[in-house]
Amino acid sequence: MANIVQFENVGLRYGNGPETLSDISFALAPGSFYFLTGASGAGKTSLLRLLYLNQRPSRGIIRLFGEDAVTMPRSRLPGFRRRIGVVFQDFRLVPHLSAADNVALPLRIAGMPEAEIAEPVSEMLAWVGLAEQADAKPETLSGGEQQRVAIARAVIARPEMLVADEPTGNVDPEMAERLLLLFDSLNRLGTTVVVATHDIHLMQQVPGAQMMRLVKGKLQDPTGTLRHPPAREPA
Amino acid sequence: MSRAASPKAERTRRVLDEARGVRAMVWIIAIMLFLTVLGAALGLATRNAASALEGELTGRATVQIVATDPARQAAQATEALAMLRGLPEVRAVQAVDREELAALLKPWMGTDGADPDLPVPAMIDLDLATESPAALARVRSALRQVAPDARVDAQEAWMAPVADFLDLVVLIAAVLVLLLAAATAAVVVLAARAGLDAHRHTIEVMHMLGSTDVQVARLFQRRIARDAAIGAAIGSLAAIGMLLLVNAQAAELGSQLLGQASLGPSGWAALAMLPIAFVLLAALAARFTITRALETVL
Repeated sequence: MANIVQFENVGLRYGNGPETLSDISFALAPGSFYFLTGASGAGKTSLLRLLYLNQRPSRGIIRLFGEDAVTMPRSRLPGFRRRIGVVFQDFRLVPHLSAADNVALPLRIAGMPEAEIAEPVSEMLAWVGLAEQADAKPETLSGGEQQRVAIARAVIARPEMLVADEPTGNVDPEMAERLLLLFDSLNRLGTTVVVATHDIHLMQQVPGAQMMRLVKGKLQDPTGTLRHPPAREPA
Repeated sequence: MSRAASPKAERTRRVLDEARGVRAMVWIIAIMLFLTVLGAALGLATRNAASALEGELTGRATVQIVATDPARQAAQATEALAMLRGLPEVRAVQAVDREELAALLKPWMGTDGADPDLPVPAMIDLDLATESPAALARVRSALRQVAPDARVDAQEAWMAPVADFLDLVVLIAAVLVLLLAAATAAVVVLAARAGLDAHRHTIEVMHMLGSTDVQVARLFQRRIARDAAIGAAIGSLAAIGMLLLVNAQAAELGSQLLGQASLGPSGWAALAMLPIAFVLLAALAARFTITRALETVL
Protein backbone atom coordinates (compact mmCIF):
# COMPACT_ATOMS: atom_id res chain seq x y z
CA MET A 1 0.00 0.00 0.00
CA ALA A 2 1.37 3.48 -0.90
CA ASN A 3 2.63 5.61 1.93
CA ILE A 4 0.20 8.23 3.17
CA VAL A 5 3.03 10.68 3.87
CA GLN A 6 6.49 10.86 2.39
CA PHE A 7 9.15 13.43 3.30
CA GLU A 8 12.38 13.58 1.32
CA ASN A 9 15.23 15.85 2.45
CA VAL A 10 12.79 18.39 3.80
CA GLY A 11 14.14 21.55 5.33
CA LEU A 12 12.25 24.38 7.00
CA ARG A 13 13.56 27.82 7.68
CA TYR A 14 11.57 30.74 9.10
CA GLY A 15 12.62 33.95 7.37
CA ASN A 16 16.40 34.26 7.16
CA GLY A 17 17.02 32.31 10.35
CA PRO A 18 18.74 28.93 10.66
CA GLU A 19 16.93 25.79 9.56
CA THR A 20 14.41 24.65 12.14
CA LEU A 21 14.16 21.30 10.40
CA SER A 22 16.98 19.81 8.30
CA ASP A 23 17.09 16.88 5.93
CA ILE A 24 13.95 15.26 7.22
CA SER A 25 13.16 12.06 5.36
CA PHE A 26 10.56 9.51 6.40
CA ALA A 27 7.43 7.79 5.21
CA LEU A 28 4.24 6.99 7.09
CA ALA A 29 2.18 3.96 6.17
CA PRO A 30 -1.60 4.25 6.07
CA GLY A 31 -3.26 2.94 9.20
CA SER A 32 -0.14 3.17 11.36
CA PHE A 33 0.44 4.86 14.69
CA TYR A 34 3.43 7.11 15.29
CA PHE A 35 4.72 9.02 18.25
CA LEU A 36 6.84 12.06 17.58
CA THR A 37 9.09 12.93 20.44
CA GLY A 38 11.99 15.24 21.16
CA ALA A 39 13.05 17.97 23.51
CA SER A 40 11.31 21.34 23.55
CA GLY A 41 12.48 23.35 20.57
CA ALA A 42 13.54 20.26 18.64
CA GLY A 43 11.03 21.11 15.88
CA LYS A 44 8.09 18.83 16.70
CA THR A 45 5.45 21.51 16.17
CA SER A 46 7.15 22.68 12.95
CA LEU A 47 7.12 19.13 11.62
CA LEU A 48 3.46 18.77 12.52
CA ARG A 49 2.67 22.08 10.78
CA LEU A 50 4.20 20.68 7.61
CA LEU A 51 2.09 17.57 8.06
CA TYR A 52 -1.19 19.42 8.43
CA LEU A 53 -0.41 21.82 5.58
CA ASN A 54 -0.07 24.92 7.70
CA GLN A 55 3.40 25.57 6.34
CA ARG A 56 5.28 24.89 3.12
CA PRO A 57 8.86 23.60 3.46
CA SER A 58 11.85 25.69 2.39
CA ARG A 59 13.22 22.74 0.49
CA GLY A 60 12.66 19.07 -0.16
CA ILE A 61 9.71 16.99 -1.25
CA ILE A 62 6.55 16.25 0.68
CA ARG A 63 4.02 13.85 -0.72
CA LEU A 64 0.68 13.66 1.06
CA PHE A 65 -1.99 11.13 0.10
CA GLY A 66 0.10 10.42 -2.99
CA GLU A 67 0.29 14.03 -4.18
CA ASP A 68 2.98 16.66 -4.11
CA ALA A 69 2.08 18.92 -1.20
CA VAL A 70 4.88 21.42 -1.86
CA THR A 71 3.73 22.66 -5.24
CA MET A 72 0.05 21.90 -4.70
CA PRO A 73 -2.05 24.93 -5.67
CA ARG A 74 -3.49 26.81 -2.74
CA SER A 75 -7.02 26.17 -3.97
CA ARG A 76 -6.58 22.42 -3.39
CA LEU A 77 -5.35 22.70 0.18
CA PRO A 78 -8.83 22.83 1.85
CA GLY A 79 -9.76 19.46 0.32
CA PHE A 80 -6.59 17.91 1.71
CA ARG A 81 -6.96 19.59 5.10
CA ARG A 82 -10.40 18.01 5.46
CA ARG A 83 -8.69 14.63 5.30
CA ILE A 84 -6.48 15.54 8.27
CA GLY A 85 -7.66 15.98 11.85
CA VAL A 86 -5.53 18.29 13.97
CA VAL A 87 -5.32 18.66 17.73
CA PHE A 88 -3.47 21.87 18.40
CA GLN A 89 -1.31 22.28 21.46
CA ASP A 90 -3.19 25.48 22.35
CA PHE A 91 -6.58 23.89 21.44
CA ARG A 92 -7.64 26.77 19.14
CA LEU A 93 -11.30 26.51 19.96
CA VAL A 94 -13.57 29.22 18.59
CA PRO A 95 -14.27 31.17 21.80
CA HIS A 96 -17.85 32.27 21.16
CA LEU A 97 -19.06 28.87 19.97
CA SER A 98 -20.34 26.23 22.37
CA ALA A 99 -18.46 22.96 22.82
CA ALA A 100 -20.97 21.23 20.55
CA ASP A 101 -20.67 23.86 17.85
CA ASN A 102 -16.88 23.73 18.03
CA VAL A 103 -17.02 19.98 17.56
CA ALA A 104 -19.53 20.35 14.74
CA LEU A 105 -17.39 22.88 12.87
CA PRO A 106 -15.51 20.40 10.60
CA LEU A 107 -18.81 18.78 9.62
CA ARG A 108 -20.38 22.14 8.79
CA ILE A 109 -17.31 23.18 6.82
CA ALA A 110 -17.52 19.89 4.92
CA GLY A 111 -21.12 20.76 4.05
CA MET A 112 -22.87 18.03 6.02
CA PRO A 113 -26.64 18.64 6.27
CA GLU A 114 -27.59 20.21 9.59
CA ALA A 115 -29.97 17.36 10.44
CA GLU A 116 -27.12 14.84 10.30
CA ILE A 117 -24.74 16.77 12.53
CA ALA A 118 -26.38 16.60 15.94
CA GLU A 119 -26.06 12.86 16.50
CA PRO A 120 -22.35 12.38 15.82
CA VAL A 121 -21.57 15.53 17.80
CA SER A 122 -23.49 14.22 20.82
CA GLU A 123 -21.81 10.84 20.54
CA MET A 124 -18.37 12.39 20.27
CA LEU A 125 -18.94 14.68 23.24
CA ALA A 126 -20.17 11.71 25.26
CA TRP A 127 -17.06 9.77 24.26
CA VAL A 128 -14.76 12.47 25.56
CA GLY A 129 -16.90 12.80 28.68
CA LEU A 130 -18.37 16.20 27.91
CA ALA A 131 -22.00 15.36 27.15
CA GLU A 132 -23.15 17.64 29.96
CA GLN A 133 -21.03 20.54 28.72
CA ALA A 134 -22.33 20.56 25.15
CA ASP A 135 -23.63 24.11 25.46
CA ALA A 136 -20.71 25.45 27.44
CA LYS A 137 -18.44 28.07 25.93
CA PRO A 138 -14.70 27.27 25.96
CA GLU A 139 -13.94 30.00 28.51
CA THR A 140 -16.11 28.18 31.06
CA LEU A 141 -14.30 24.86 30.52
CA SER A 142 -11.09 23.75 32.23
CA GLY A 143 -7.90 23.27 30.21
CA GLY A 144 -8.43 19.53 30.13
CA GLU A 145 -12.04 19.92 29.01
CA GLN A 146 -11.01 22.31 26.27
CA GLN A 147 -8.42 19.80 25.13
CA ARG A 148 -11.08 17.10 24.95
CA VAL A 149 -13.30 19.39 22.87
CA ALA A 150 -10.33 20.00 20.56
CA ILE A 151 -9.76 16.25 20.25
CA ALA A 152 -13.44 15.61 19.56
CA ARG A 153 -13.34 18.29 16.86
CA ALA A 154 -10.25 16.71 15.30
CA VAL A 155 -11.69 13.22 15.05
CA ILE A 156 -15.38 13.82 14.38
CA ALA A 157 -15.00 13.83 10.60
CA ARG A 158 -13.12 10.50 10.68
CA PRO A 159 -9.94 11.92 9.13
CA GLU A 160 -7.54 9.73 7.17
CA MET A 161 -4.73 11.13 9.26
CA LEU A 162 -4.82 12.54 12.77
CA VAL A 163 -2.06 14.89 13.90
CA ALA A 164 -2.00 15.74 17.58
CA ASP A 165 0.38 18.10 19.33
CA GLU A 166 0.71 17.15 23.00
CA PRO A 167 -2.94 16.04 23.14
CA THR A 168 -2.83 14.77 26.69
CA GLY A 169 -0.75 17.54 28.20
CA ASN A 170 -3.63 19.04 30.17
CA VAL A 171 -5.63 16.00 31.22
CA ASP A 172 -5.31 13.62 34.13
CA PRO A 173 -3.76 10.16 33.55
CA GLU A 174 -7.14 8.47 33.45
CA MET A 175 -8.47 10.82 30.79
CA ALA A 176 -5.15 10.62 28.91
CA GLU A 177 -5.57 6.86 28.75
CA ARG A 178 -9.14 7.23 27.58
CA LEU A 179 -8.17 9.68 24.86
CA LEU A 180 -5.38 7.42 23.74
CA LEU A 181 -7.93 4.63 23.52
CA LEU A 182 -9.97 6.90 21.24
CA PHE A 183 -6.93 7.50 19.03
CA ASP A 184 -6.20 3.78 19.03
CA SER A 185 -9.81 2.99 18.04
CA LEU A 186 -9.60 5.50 15.25
CA ASN A 187 -6.28 4.02 14.18
CA ARG A 188 -7.78 0.55 14.08
CA LEU A 189 -10.45 1.90 11.75
CA GLY A 190 -7.67 2.90 9.36
CA THR A 191 -6.68 6.43 10.41
CA THR A 192 -2.97 7.14 10.47
CA VAL A 193 -2.17 8.77 13.80
CA VAL A 194 0.79 11.00 14.59
CA VAL A 195 1.03 12.15 18.19
CA ALA A 196 3.70 14.53 19.42
CA THR A 197 4.35 13.90 23.09
CA HIS A 198 6.92 13.80 25.86
CA ASP A 199 4.96 11.20 27.79
CA ILE A 200 6.89 7.91 27.77
CA HIS A 201 4.08 6.22 29.69
CA LEU A 202 1.66 7.15 26.95
CA MET A 203 3.93 5.72 24.26
CA GLN A 204 4.15 2.44 26.08
CA GLN A 205 0.40 2.01 25.90
CA VAL A 206 0.36 1.58 22.14
CA PRO A 207 2.65 -1.36 21.56
CA GLY A 208 2.39 -1.35 17.78
CA ALA A 209 3.28 2.32 17.49
CA GLN A 210 6.55 3.55 16.03
CA MET A 211 8.57 6.42 17.31
CA MET A 212 10.07 9.38 15.51
CA ARG A 213 12.57 11.35 17.50
CA LEU A 214 13.64 14.85 16.63
CA VAL A 215 16.96 16.18 17.88
CA LYS A 216 17.79 19.78 17.02
CA GLY A 217 15.68 19.72 13.89
CA LYS A 218 16.97 16.39 12.60
CA LEU A 219 15.04 13.16 12.62
CA GLN A 220 16.67 10.21 14.39
CA ASP A 221 15.73 6.98 12.70
CA PRO A 222 18.39 4.49 13.72
CA THR A 223 16.34 1.45 12.73
CA GLY A 224 15.36 2.79 9.32
CA THR A 225 11.81 1.60 9.82
CA LEU A 226 10.37 5.06 9.22
CA ARG A 227 11.58 4.88 5.64
CA HIS A 228 9.85 1.52 5.13
CA PRO A 229 7.06 1.65 7.66
CA PRO A 230 5.11 -1.52 8.35
CA ALA A 231 1.40 -0.87 7.95
CA ARG A 232 -0.82 -1.79 10.84
CA GLU A 233 -3.74 -3.87 9.62
CA PRO A 234 -7.08 -2.28 10.47
CA ALA A 235 -9.19 -4.36 12.84
CA MET B 1 -30.46 17.87 19.33
CA SER B 2 -33.53 20.04 19.42
CA ARG B 3 -31.53 23.19 20.15
CA ALA B 4 -30.08 22.98 16.65
CA ALA B 5 -33.42 24.07 15.26
CA SER B 6 -34.04 27.04 17.54
CA PRO B 7 -33.22 30.60 16.47
CA LYS B 8 -31.14 31.04 19.61
CA ALA B 9 -29.03 28.02 18.66
CA GLU B 10 -28.78 29.41 15.13
CA ARG B 11 -27.38 32.65 16.54
CA THR B 12 -24.90 30.94 18.84
CA ARG B 13 -23.44 28.76 16.12
CA ARG B 14 -22.52 31.70 13.91
CA VAL B 15 -18.85 31.31 13.33
CA LEU B 16 -18.19 35.05 13.44
CA ASP B 17 -18.82 36.56 16.81
CA GLU B 18 -21.85 38.81 16.35
CA ALA B 19 -21.24 40.65 19.58
CA ARG B 20 -17.82 41.95 18.61
CA GLY B 21 -17.35 45.48 17.47
CA VAL B 22 -19.78 48.36 17.20
CA ARG B 23 -21.87 48.13 14.08
CA ALA B 24 -20.91 51.61 12.93
CA MET B 25 -21.26 50.48 9.34
CA VAL B 26 -25.05 50.40 9.65
CA TRP B 27 -25.11 54.11 10.40
CA ILE B 28 -22.47 55.01 7.84
CA ILE B 29 -24.40 53.18 5.14
CA ALA B 30 -27.61 54.86 6.35
CA ILE B 31 -26.03 58.31 5.94
CA MET B 32 -24.58 57.33 2.54
CA LEU B 33 -27.95 56.11 1.30
CA PHE B 34 -29.71 59.18 2.67
CA LEU B 35 -27.37 61.43 0.69
CA THR B 36 -27.41 59.18 -2.37
CA VAL B 37 -31.20 59.04 -2.55
CA LEU B 38 -31.42 62.82 -2.20
CA GLY B 39 -28.70 63.31 -4.83
CA ALA B 40 -30.35 60.87 -7.20
CA ALA B 41 -33.75 62.49 -6.62
CA LEU B 42 -32.27 65.89 -7.47
CA GLY B 43 -30.75 64.49 -10.65
CA LEU B 44 -33.87 62.62 -11.73
CA ALA B 45 -36.23 65.53 -11.01
CA THR B 46 -33.95 67.94 -12.83
CA ARG B 47 -33.71 65.59 -15.76
CA ASN B 48 -37.52 65.36 -15.86
CA ALA B 49 -37.79 69.16 -15.72
CA ALA B 50 -35.22 69.50 -18.52
CA SER B 51 -37.12 66.95 -20.63
CA ALA B 52 -40.43 68.75 -20.04
CA LEU B 53 -38.88 72.10 -20.93
CA GLU B 54 -37.32 70.66 -24.06
CA GLY B 55 -40.67 69.09 -25.01
CA GLU B 56 -42.43 72.41 -24.61
CA LEU B 57 -39.93 74.49 -26.55
CA THR B 58 -38.84 72.15 -29.27
CA GLY B 59 -40.46 73.03 -32.59
CA ARG B 60 -41.69 76.40 -31.39
CA ALA B 61 -40.59 79.76 -32.73
CA THR B 62 -41.51 83.43 -32.34
CA VAL B 63 -41.74 85.94 -35.16
CA GLN B 64 -41.00 89.55 -34.23
CA ILE B 65 -41.76 92.33 -36.65
CA VAL B 66 -40.18 95.63 -35.70
CA ALA B 67 -40.77 98.61 -37.98
CA THR B 68 -40.51 102.30 -37.19
CA ASP B 69 -43.79 102.92 -38.98
CA PRO B 70 -46.63 101.28 -37.01
CA ALA B 71 -48.79 101.00 -40.14
CA ARG B 72 -46.01 99.22 -42.05
CA GLN B 73 -45.49 96.95 -39.04
CA ALA B 74 -49.20 96.08 -38.85
CA ALA B 75 -49.39 95.43 -42.57
CA GLN B 76 -46.37 93.13 -42.51
CA ALA B 77 -47.83 91.31 -39.52
CA THR B 78 -51.12 90.69 -41.28
CA GLU B 79 -49.43 89.45 -44.45
CA ALA B 80 -46.99 87.29 -42.47
CA LEU B 81 -49.85 85.74 -40.51
CA ALA B 82 -51.72 84.85 -43.69
CA MET B 83 -48.62 83.52 -45.42
CA LEU B 84 -47.52 81.42 -42.41
CA ARG B 85 -50.96 79.73 -42.19
CA GLY B 86 -50.39 78.41 -45.69
CA LEU B 87 -46.89 77.04 -45.13
CA PRO B 88 -46.61 73.22 -44.82
CA GLU B 89 -43.72 73.66 -42.34
CA VAL B 90 -46.05 75.44 -39.91
CA ARG B 91 -48.57 73.49 -37.87
CA ALA B 92 -50.16 76.35 -35.92
CA VAL B 93 -49.92 80.12 -35.91
CA GLN B 94 -51.03 82.44 -33.14
CA ALA B 95 -50.66 86.21 -33.16
CA VAL B 96 -49.80 87.65 -29.77
CA ASP B 97 -52.27 90.45 -29.27
CA ARG B 98 -51.53 93.82 -27.72
CA GLU B 99 -53.11 92.88 -24.37
CA GLU B 100 -50.92 89.80 -23.98
CA LEU B 101 -47.85 91.86 -24.78
CA ALA B 102 -48.88 94.45 -22.20
CA ALA B 103 -49.26 91.65 -19.64
CA LEU B 104 -45.76 90.35 -20.50
CA LEU B 105 -44.31 93.84 -20.11
CA LYS B 106 -46.16 94.62 -16.89
CA PRO B 107 -43.50 93.23 -14.49
CA TRP B 108 -40.94 95.63 -15.96
CA MET B 109 -43.00 98.60 -17.11
CA GLY B 110 -46.11 98.48 -15.00
CA THR B 111 -49.20 100.00 -16.55
CA ASP B 112 -47.02 101.95 -19.03
CA GLY B 113 -46.74 98.75 -21.02
CA ALA B 114 -50.40 99.11 -21.97
CA ASP B 115 -49.84 102.60 -23.43
CA PRO B 116 -51.05 102.37 -27.05
CA ASP B 117 -48.33 104.86 -28.08
CA LEU B 118 -45.59 102.61 -26.75
CA PRO B 119 -43.77 101.08 -29.71
CA VAL B 120 -43.80 97.32 -29.23
CA PRO B 121 -43.04 94.71 -31.88
CA ALA B 122 -45.74 92.63 -33.50
CA MET B 123 -45.30 89.07 -32.38
CA ILE B 124 -46.50 85.75 -33.78
CA ASP B 125 -46.08 82.36 -32.09
CA LEU B 126 -45.39 79.40 -34.38
CA ASP B 127 -45.67 75.66 -33.90
CA LEU B 128 -43.49 74.05 -36.53
CA ALA B 129 -44.57 70.80 -38.14
CA THR B 130 -41.00 69.55 -38.14
CA GLU B 131 -38.11 70.37 -35.80
CA SER B 132 -35.42 70.54 -38.45
CA PRO B 133 -33.28 73.67 -38.91
CA ALA B 134 -34.08 73.39 -42.64
CA ALA B 135 -37.79 73.91 -41.94
CA LEU B 136 -37.01 76.99 -39.87
CA ALA B 137 -34.79 78.28 -42.67
CA ARG B 138 -37.64 77.85 -45.19
CA VAL B 139 -39.99 79.76 -42.86
CA ARG B 140 -37.45 82.60 -42.57
CA SER B 141 -37.03 82.69 -46.32
CA ALA B 142 -40.77 82.79 -46.95
CA LEU B 143 -41.26 85.51 -44.31
CA ARG B 144 -38.59 87.70 -45.89
CA GLN B 145 -40.79 87.94 -49.00
CA VAL B 146 -43.81 89.41 -47.17
CA ALA B 147 -42.27 90.95 -44.03
CA PRO B 148 -38.74 92.24 -44.58
CA ASP B 149 -38.64 93.59 -41.00
CA ALA B 150 -39.43 90.17 -39.45
CA ARG B 151 -37.05 88.20 -37.28
CA VAL B 152 -37.64 84.52 -36.44
CA ASP B 153 -36.26 83.12 -33.15
CA ALA B 154 -36.46 79.45 -32.21
CA GLN B 155 -37.64 79.36 -28.57
CA GLU B 156 -35.27 76.46 -27.99
CA ALA B 157 -32.35 78.77 -28.67
CA TRP B 158 -33.53 81.28 -26.03
CA MET B 159 -33.74 78.55 -23.42
CA ALA B 160 -30.47 76.84 -24.37
CA PRO B 161 -28.56 78.32 -21.37
CA VAL B 162 -31.31 77.12 -19.01
CA ALA B 163 -31.25 73.66 -20.59
CA ASP B 164 -27.44 73.60 -20.31
CA PHE B 165 -27.70 74.55 -16.65
CA LEU B 166 -30.22 71.79 -15.98
CA ASP B 167 -27.95 69.30 -17.77
CA LEU B 168 -25.09 70.43 -15.54
CA VAL B 169 -27.21 69.86 -12.43
CA VAL B 170 -28.05 66.35 -13.67
CA LEU B 171 -24.35 65.67 -14.29
CA ILE B 172 -23.39 66.93 -10.83
CA ALA B 173 -26.07 64.71 -9.27
CA ALA B 174 -24.82 61.69 -11.23
CA VAL B 175 -21.23 62.36 -10.13
CA LEU B 176 -22.45 62.75 -6.54
CA VAL B 177 -24.22 59.38 -6.66
CA LEU B 178 -21.13 57.70 -8.13
CA LEU B 179 -18.85 59.27 -5.51
CA LEU B 180 -21.16 58.14 -2.72
CA ALA B 181 -21.21 54.62 -4.18
CA ALA B 182 -17.41 54.63 -4.29
CA ALA B 183 -17.25 55.93 -0.70
CA THR B 184 -19.66 53.20 0.39
CA ALA B 185 -17.50 50.55 -1.27
CA ALA B 186 -14.46 52.02 0.50
CA VAL B 187 -16.26 51.88 3.86
CA VAL B 188 -17.16 48.25 3.22
CA VAL B 189 -13.56 47.42 2.30
CA LEU B 190 -12.34 49.01 5.56
CA ALA B 191 -15.04 47.22 7.57
CA ALA B 192 -14.18 43.90 5.94
CA ARG B 193 -10.48 44.37 6.68
CA ALA B 194 -11.23 45.30 10.27
CA GLY B 195 -13.45 42.22 10.49
CA LEU B 196 -10.65 40.05 9.17
CA ASP B 197 -8.30 41.37 11.85
CA ALA B 198 -10.90 40.95 14.59
CA HIS B 199 -11.65 37.37 13.57
CA ARG B 200 -8.16 36.28 12.49
CA HIS B 201 -8.03 33.53 15.11
CA THR B 202 -11.36 32.05 14.00
CA ILE B 203 -10.41 32.25 10.33
CA GLU B 204 -7.11 30.46 10.99
CA VAL B 205 -8.99 27.68 12.72
CA MET B 206 -11.49 27.45 9.87
CA HIS B 207 -8.68 27.25 7.34
CA MET B 208 -6.99 24.47 9.27
CA LEU B 209 -10.27 22.57 9.36
CA GLY B 210 -10.50 22.75 5.57
CA SER B 211 -12.58 25.84 5.02
CA THR B 212 -12.23 27.43 1.59
CA ASP B 213 -11.70 31.15 1.01
CA VAL B 214 -15.19 31.35 -0.45
CA GLN B 215 -16.69 29.83 2.70
CA VAL B 216 -14.90 32.39 4.88
CA ALA B 217 -15.75 35.23 2.50
CA ARG B 218 -19.39 34.17 2.52
CA LEU B 219 -19.54 34.61 6.31
CA PHE B 220 -18.32 38.20 6.03
CA GLN B 221 -20.38 38.86 2.92
CA ARG B 222 -23.58 37.74 4.65
CA ARG B 223 -22.87 39.81 7.73
CA ILE B 224 -21.88 42.95 5.82
CA ALA B 225 -24.82 42.60 3.43
CA ARG B 226 -27.17 42.38 6.41
CA ASP B 227 -25.65 45.48 8.03
CA ALA B 228 -25.77 47.28 4.69
CA ALA B 229 -29.42 46.29 4.21
CA ILE B 230 -30.37 47.68 7.63
CA GLY B 231 -28.43 50.89 6.99
CA ALA B 232 -29.80 51.20 3.46
CA ALA B 233 -33.37 50.80 4.70
CA ILE B 234 -32.91 53.46 7.39
CA GLY B 235 -31.19 55.93 5.06
CA SER B 236 -33.56 55.40 2.15
CA LEU B 237 -36.70 55.71 4.24
CA ALA B 238 -35.43 58.91 5.83
CA ALA B 239 -34.57 60.36 2.42
CA ILE B 240 -37.89 59.34 0.90
CA GLY B 241 -39.71 60.89 3.85
CA MET B 242 -37.83 64.12 3.27
CA LEU B 243 -38.60 64.01 -0.47
CA LEU B 244 -42.31 63.55 0.21
CA LEU B 245 -42.21 66.56 2.52
CA VAL B 246 -40.42 68.67 -0.10
CA ASN B 247 -42.85 67.42 -2.73
CA ALA B 248 -45.83 68.46 -0.63
CA GLN B 249 -44.38 71.94 -0.01
CA ALA B 250 -43.53 72.36 -3.72
CA ALA B 251 -47.11 71.43 -4.63
CA GLU B 252 -48.38 74.18 -2.32
CA LEU B 253 -46.22 76.74 -4.14
CA GLY B 254 -47.98 75.89 -7.39
CA SER B 255 -44.85 76.66 -9.41
CA GLN B 256 -44.94 75.39 -12.97
CA LEU B 257 -41.17 74.68 -13.04
CA LEU B 258 -41.27 72.84 -9.69
CA GLY B 259 -44.27 70.86 -10.93
CA GLN B 260 -42.26 69.71 -13.91
CA ALA B 261 -39.39 68.73 -11.60
CA SER B 262 -41.37 65.86 -10.10
CA LEU B 263 -39.85 62.37 -10.00
CA GLY B 264 -42.61 60.43 -11.74
CA PRO B 265 -43.16 56.68 -11.33
CA SER B 266 -39.91 55.73 -13.08
CA GLY B 267 -37.97 58.12 -10.83
CA TRP B 268 -39.46 56.64 -7.66
CA ALA B 269 -38.73 53.16 -9.00
CA ALA B 270 -35.11 54.15 -9.67
CA LEU B 271 -34.81 55.50 -6.11
CA ALA B 272 -36.26 52.27 -4.75
CA MET B 273 -33.56 50.34 -6.61
CA LEU B 274 -30.74 52.33 -4.99
CA PRO B 275 -30.72 50.54 -1.60
CA ILE B 276 -30.79 47.17 -3.37
CA ALA B 277 -27.90 48.25 -5.59
CA PHE B 278 -25.92 49.48 -2.57
CA VAL B 279 -26.46 46.24 -0.65
CA LEU B 280 -25.25 44.28 -3.68
CA LEU B 281 -22.28 46.62 -3.99
CA ALA B 282 -21.45 46.15 -0.30
CA ALA B 283 -21.70 42.35 -0.57
CA LEU B 284 -19.48 42.26 -3.66
CA ALA B 285 -16.92 44.64 -2.14
CA ALA B 286 -16.80 42.49 1.01
CA ARG B 287 -16.36 39.28 -0.95
CA PHE B 288 -13.63 40.79 -3.14
CA THR B 289 -11.77 42.23 -0.13
CA ILE B 290 -11.89 39.04 1.91
CA THR B 291 -10.90 36.69 -0.90
CA ARG B 292 -8.03 38.99 -1.91
CA ALA B 293 -6.81 39.19 1.69
CA LEU B 294 -7.06 35.43 2.22
CA GLU B 295 -5.00 34.75 -0.89
CA THR B 296 -1.99 36.11 0.95
CA VAL B 297 -2.13 33.38 3.62
CA LEU B 298 -1.59 29.65 3.16
